[in-house]
Amino acid sequence: MPQIEETYDVVVVGAGHAGCEAALAAARMGLETIIFTVSMDSVAMMPCNPNIGGSSKGHLVREIDALGGEMGKNIDKTYIQSKMLNESKGPAVHSLRAQADKAEYSRAMRMVMEETELLTLRQAEVSEILSEGNQITGIRTFSGGTYYAKAVILCTGVYLKARCIHGDVSYPTGPNGLQAANYLTESLLKLGIPVRRFKTGTPARIDKRSIDFSKMAEQKGDERIVPFSFTNTEEDIKREQISCWLTYTNETTHEIIKSNIDRSPLFSGAIEGTGPRYCPSIEDKVMKFPDKDRHQVFIEPEGEYTNEMYVGGMSSSLPEDVQFAMYRSVPGLENARIVRNAYAIEYDCIDATQLKPTLEFQGFDGLFAAGQFNGSSGYEEAAAQGFMAGVNASRKILGKDPIILDRSQAYIGVLIDDLVTKETAEPYRMMTSRAEYRLLLRQDNADLRLTDIGYEIGLIDEARYEKFCQKREAIDKEIERLESVTVGANKKMQEFLETAGSTPLKTAATLADLVRRPELSYDKIAPVDPDRQPLPADVVEQININLKYDGYIKRQKQQVEHFKKLEKKLIPADLNYDDVQNLRKEARQKLNAIRPTSVGQASRISGVSPADISVLLIYLGA
Amino acid sequence: MFQKDTIAAIATGMTNAGIGIIRVSGTEAIEVVDRMFRAKNPSKTIQDTPSYSALFGNICDGDSVLDEAICLVMRGPNSYTTEDVVEIQCHGGIVMLQKILELVIRSGARAAEPGEFTKRAFLGGRIDITQAESVMDMIHAKNELAARSSATQLQGKLSVKIKELRRMILEHIAYIESALDDPENYSLDGYSEGLSVQVTDTIQSVNALLATADEGKMIKEGIRTVILGKPNAGKSSLLNQLLGEERAIVTEVAGTTRDTLEEDAVIQGIPLRIIDTAGIHETVDIVEKIGVDKAKNSVKDADLILYVVDAARPLDADDKQIMSLLKDEKVITILNKIDMEQVVDKECITCEIQTPVVEISAKTGDGLQDLCECLKNLFFHGKLTMNDEVYITNLRHKQALMETRESLERVLDSIEQQMPEDFLTIDLMAAYEQLGYILGEALGDDLANEIFSKFCMGK
Repeated sequence: MPQIEETYDVVVVGAGHAGCEAALAAARMGLETIIFTVSMDSVAMMPCNPNIGGSSKGHLVREIDALGGEMGKNIDKTYIQSKMLNESKGPAVHSLRAQADKAEYSRAMRMVMEETELLTLRQAEVSEILSEGNQITGIRTFSGGTYYAKAVILCTGVYLKARCIHGDVSYPTGPNGLQAANYLTESLLKLGIPVRRFKTGTPARIDKRSIDFSKMAEQKGDERIVPFSFTNTEEDIKREQISCWLTYTNETTHEIIKSNIDRSPLFSGAIEGTGPRYCPSIEDKVMKFPDKDRHQVFIEPEGEYTNEMYVGGMSSSLPEDVQFAMYRSVPGLENARIVRNAYAIEYDCIDATQLKPTLEFQGFDGLFAAGQFNGSSGYEEAAAQGFMAGVNASRKILGKDPIILDRSQAYIGVLIDDLVTKETAEPYRMMTSRAEYRLLLRQDNADLRLTDIGYEIGLIDEARYEKFCQKREAIDKEIERLESVTVGANKKMQEFLETAGSTPLKTAATLADLVRRPELSYDKIAPVDPDRQPLPADVVEQININLKYDGYIKRQKQQVEHFKKLEKKLIPADLNYDDVQNLRKEARQKLNAIRPTSVGQASRISGVSPADISVLLIYLGA
Repeated sequence: MFQKDTIAAIATGMTNAGIGIIRVSGTEAIEVVDRMFRAKNPSKTIQDTPSYSALFGNICDGDSVLDEAICLVMRGPNSYTTEDVVEIQCHGGIVMLQKILELVIRSGARAAEPGEFTKRAFLGGRIDITQAESVMDMIHAKNELAARSSATQLQGKLSVKIKELRRMILEHIAYIESALDDPENYSLDGYSEGLSVQVTDTIQSVNALLATADEGKMIKEGIRTVILGKPNAGKSSLLNQLLGEERAIVTEVAGTTRDTLEEDAVIQGIPLRIIDTAGIHETVDIVEKIGVDKAKNSVKDADLILYVVDAARPLDADDKQIMSLLKDEKVITILNKIDMEQVVDKECITCEIQTPVVEISAKTGDGLQDLCECLKNLFFHGKLTMNDEVYITNLRHKQALMETRESLERVLDSIEQQMPEDFLTIDLMAAYEQLGYILGEALGDDLANEIFSKFCMGK
């Protein structure tokens, strides 16, 4: 029987947040790319929370944008509320979060994809990975079509052998009743790629008309809008914002959950997958933290043109009747009508220590993986991996060196290094505490850290790069000027300092010294700095941060230098650790399995001791 | 850990001797020693001293003179490590050497890792791969030894105290991090004030620990090992075998009592201080009261007892008496004289006392290897520990505590300057890591686990 046969450079399997970034990067880098999805209506779908960004995740989005990815631009187009979190804290943990219009987000991303040259979208279930020896040659679809490619990027999300569960009801589907992908797992196992089972969950969606908002606290967006993308200004994207609402569970809620806990598939053992501790279901929270008499519940709009509201903080897999009782015990939700039930979802994924830091499988040429398939969770984590996998698959085909960001360059570096180095027992989520050098990895300087790399990859165009270079130069020049201009302890100066609530000068000082004072800032010292030229707000922000925190920044830079020494000591890809005498057995096994690319990466593997690292260094003659 | 900073260690043995040498190596070796050494001729400095020349003067801690010393300067690449090296030759008292080494460290060096000088020699191309392999063995053995000693020796008060400090710090980090990742659920309002009080307390605890380290108690190296047995069981022959076989005598010191002799030996990399009670038996029978008292005392102080049984003579009242002393002590029973006709076998012993039994001939040396293995097993399974910590470990602990204090003081500075809380965790984390270094524990996933177990992160 004649079958479809086509040839591309890159095949991307799955069109979620990882797949979209992977496919866009590959096509924009000049490669013929095809992306498969089980449903064209689920491109860049947000099946869980209706927001992008948040603590440390906002950093990831900024970084994706600085490198030339799409997520930041897409949320700027489709946000309905924007908020800078942690503004009372230091600049390292300021984090941007935007509520998305889910349908618009998905539609806008799909449109970008459809209009990208060299990119083909195709609705079909991929059922088999094709290979010759260790070289991946393409894929086959369930309907029998064969698509040859030099690289295949797996971004299957939560769809592999997916099962959605609440109470004793179980559906063999992906999220939102979408078709699961039931055949690809077998193909992976045949190739010798082991899989494991993770689970996650989502709360119910409730009809807005059935909610009494007078019993809840309104959560408005910020007045000042900060765009995610370098390409946008506040004016470009300013719009009417839509509020979220805050309410709380109470003892009645907890009582309903406790008395029905035996009906939860998690507690009865019907769910075997490992769930994330940081994103617990409401029943997990109630059982694990019995002392807390209430938990926050955020009611968030799913979009501008829908009445569905997301019940943040109350994901669950309890039976339908318990869900009704439980949600209706929350103030404001007494008459709530559920539109969609809460459910847990189980799926096949891999242990990402099988991957290289390029996100290519060890032992397979041309097979890459990204997103929830790698055991992560979150739209932003997925997009970051998808982008890097797309870039590295393309660069491999183009005969260029891979791009590997390290832990001192980007949260993306921390994310991927953690995934491919540390064995994690649950879905991995980005957190600020995972980044050792977070004072250097701020969301406000993502462009300064990464635009050069994005330009080198070819995903930042000349005009944007030019604009970026001007910004960088303006910052450097102005800091230099502030450091060199000395002001005297004259009467006018002392008067100024007094009115500004600062202490008088004892001797002459530089303008930079004044900016460094906690009670002053670049803007505040304008009256004693008549020679300054007007500068954009983002430039002023960098000047303030770099001057005010320079002591801490210097110390982190020293730590980074120390860290880089071991990162730069590379381990040959073909090193057989059995040849290295004196390694302990556990270390030898771990090193042979994870195959770190540098001594630095080796040192982060659990079970590899400092003594083993010494032995390794001496063996390498480092 | 692997950067080319300046390292220092005591190069001579850990026992009192006439002269002791502290070796300093690294790019700043010369500057470091200049900071603490005043030449007798005030116009001279280490900096001006040519390679392979010496300078005479005083070791000075600020204005106070600690010791007279000769400094030998060897400039890289023509030195053992291929780096600049200064050897400080001073008087050999352990306490004084310890004080001077601490001063070197305060002047800018850091305590060397086991085998680090030799490692640098290899990395500098000074020694070849065969020599380097023996270094690898050493790094490994020492590391296991150190890990073992931190695990078993630190069961005491110090470890409990440090774990407590560490847990307190981790809780604060976890709270702050949770509040940063989940600002809706956790507030940091007014958090710094409480933290400031606790950090001040912690600094005081660290200071108290540092003060005990400064008391300068006599450092004894090695596991106190007592050889017991009735007359003519072969104790002295065993001692000579142990010392002769390994040829690792560090020194020979007359004991505090005239009739015991202490010898230091290293068996299978395990340092032993062997106390021979031979003198007792020449004059009095072990069953006599005074002899029993002495034996009892040495048993009480011992980390390990080697009980020697004459396999060629039946067990008698003397043996029974000794065995009654040995309950609950760390004992290896040695069935000696297997070269002769045996009337006592393993079972005769094990039905009396539960100890490992090794059959040897102290005369021919047969079975000695079994004894060494037995010793090693006891040690590496944590059944055998030292009364005193190995000296260098201790000094590294001290350095870690000083760095902990420095980090905690930075936290207080930051609080005083009203820095946002996320700046505080930078230095809290540094303090946490330094304390972990003392316990031999890496950071791992402690923080994530703490956050998830304590805080209800909801998204």
